[in-house]
Amino acid sequence: MRNDGKPAVVVGAGPAGLCAAIELKKAGAPVVLMDENAKPGGQLFKQIHKFFGSREHKAGIRGFDIGKELLAESLRLGIDVRLKTEVVGIESGLKVWAVEDRSKSYTLDAGKLILATGATENALSFPGWTLPGVMTAGCAQTLINVHRVLPGKKVLMVGSGNVGVIVAYQLMQAGARVAAVIEALPRLGGYGVHTAKVRRAGVAFHCSTTILRAEGKEGVEKAVIAKIDEKFRPIPGTEQILDVDTICLAVGLTPSIELSCLAGCRQIYVPELGGNMPAHDDYMRSSNESVYVVGDIAGVEEASTAMEEGRLAGLHAAWAMGYMDDQTMKTRTNETRERLQALRQGVFGQKRFAAKERILAMRKDA
Amino acid sequence: MNAEKSPGSRIAKHAVLGDMPVQKELTIYFEGKPLKALEGEPIMAALVAAGVTVFRYTKKGSPRRMFCGIGRCTDCVMTVDGVPGVRTCVTEVREGMRVERQQGVGNWNIQAEADHA
Repeated sequence: MRNDGKPAVVVGAGPAGLCAAIELKKAGAPVVLMDENAKPGGQLFKQIHKFFGSREHKAGIRGFDIGKELLAESLRLGIDVRLKTEVVGIESGLKVWAVEDRSKSYTLDAGKLILATGATENALSFPGWTLPGVMTAGCAQTLINVHRVLPGKKVLMVGSGNVGVIVAYQLMQAGARVAAVIEALPRLGGYGVHTAKVRRAGVAFHCSTTILRAEGKEGVEKAVIAKIDEKFRPIPGTEQILDVDTICLAVGLTPSIELSCLAGCRQIYVPELGGNMPAHDDYMRSSNESVYVVGDIAGVEEASTAMEEGRLAGLHAAWAMGYMDDQTMKTRTNETRERLQALRQGVFGQKRFAAKERILAMRKDA
Repeated sequence: MNAEKSPGSRIAKHAVLGDMPVQKELTIYFEGKPLKALEGEPIMAALVAAGVTVFRYTKKGSPRRMFCGIGRCTDCVMTVDGVPGVRTCVTEVREGMRVERQQGVGNWNIQAEADHA
């Protein structure tokens, strides 16, 4: 039976939220998609590199082109997208409290709620980390690829994971010089393809190395790095001074769980996927059956997995609202799960796959 | 380092993204001085393009700029048209907008806000 016309409300118009809204709308369910930004797409538009995976996962296509495709589809479907709209509260009975353009406040009764709020980049504290010029790698990536402005000329990248090496390369594409990429662990963390491109460009990589401090008066003028021992303690005498004006931090992300906490979703701790996050089942439902969590909020992965998780929740929510028959829902969610599983294979995917399996097990125990 | 003149500029040409698309120019005022901005961009981008490195000072006088760039951390807040604490990374520029550094949490300029409402 269809529920009294209340729409599904999707919070966050990134890859996960867009895909959830698209599936709902395609099934004929009423859906409202909210995002605090002036433009939809989330962090897709700063990803100018080609994606991995097979063709059905958009492999070989650049992130911003995937974003354009999703936007075109949501436009064609006529989805009710509300931009510059911040969701600031969720009251009992699934009442969504939104503030539009920092001036108009209203509430909306949701039939289902899909939280696709993403993740926040981690900070790293060291003396001088608050100086102008120290920023997250994603911040620099947004500035160069979305806004087309270069925040600095000489950069130190802290962290050699995918974000670190991809942004290091993109900073060079944008005209900056990357002085070094440092990594606290004894081995590099990113995909070989991206790491090799940066190395071939002549950038120095230092493993078992940390940043001791940033120096400067009104902004970064120097970074001091040093080797660390197996217990991550700096080794005296190994300090090196780098002449940089920008320090980018690529030290992981944490799910943005605030709204899921307000919605009463049970939280669990999964360090491999970013820390505290709402538990979810294999339809992306949280412990609150009317609330779904998709994309980075449900464990930090990639845009490709976020899109599939969004579809999974969108399909299931459409069914739960009475807009899809049992058989279609089962077939389509199974297909989506197969694609998700394919994305979690290989050396890099295996760890995420195991973590996700653990989350599902935890959900069953609850 | 001079706080207003430092590295930072527009990326006119790009191997993947191509040439910078032509955007309508508008004028905003940073600390009372006119500054060119592009329609649709956030205040942060216009300030970085102009080489502004200090966006605000903390209560104790420590300088801050942007940190996350996507509206999460509030490091980049400034006083915009009389309203303090505005996240400049997610607030679009508007013709005639007045952007000022704030000290600490800043002060609410009710008249200026009314003038620009």
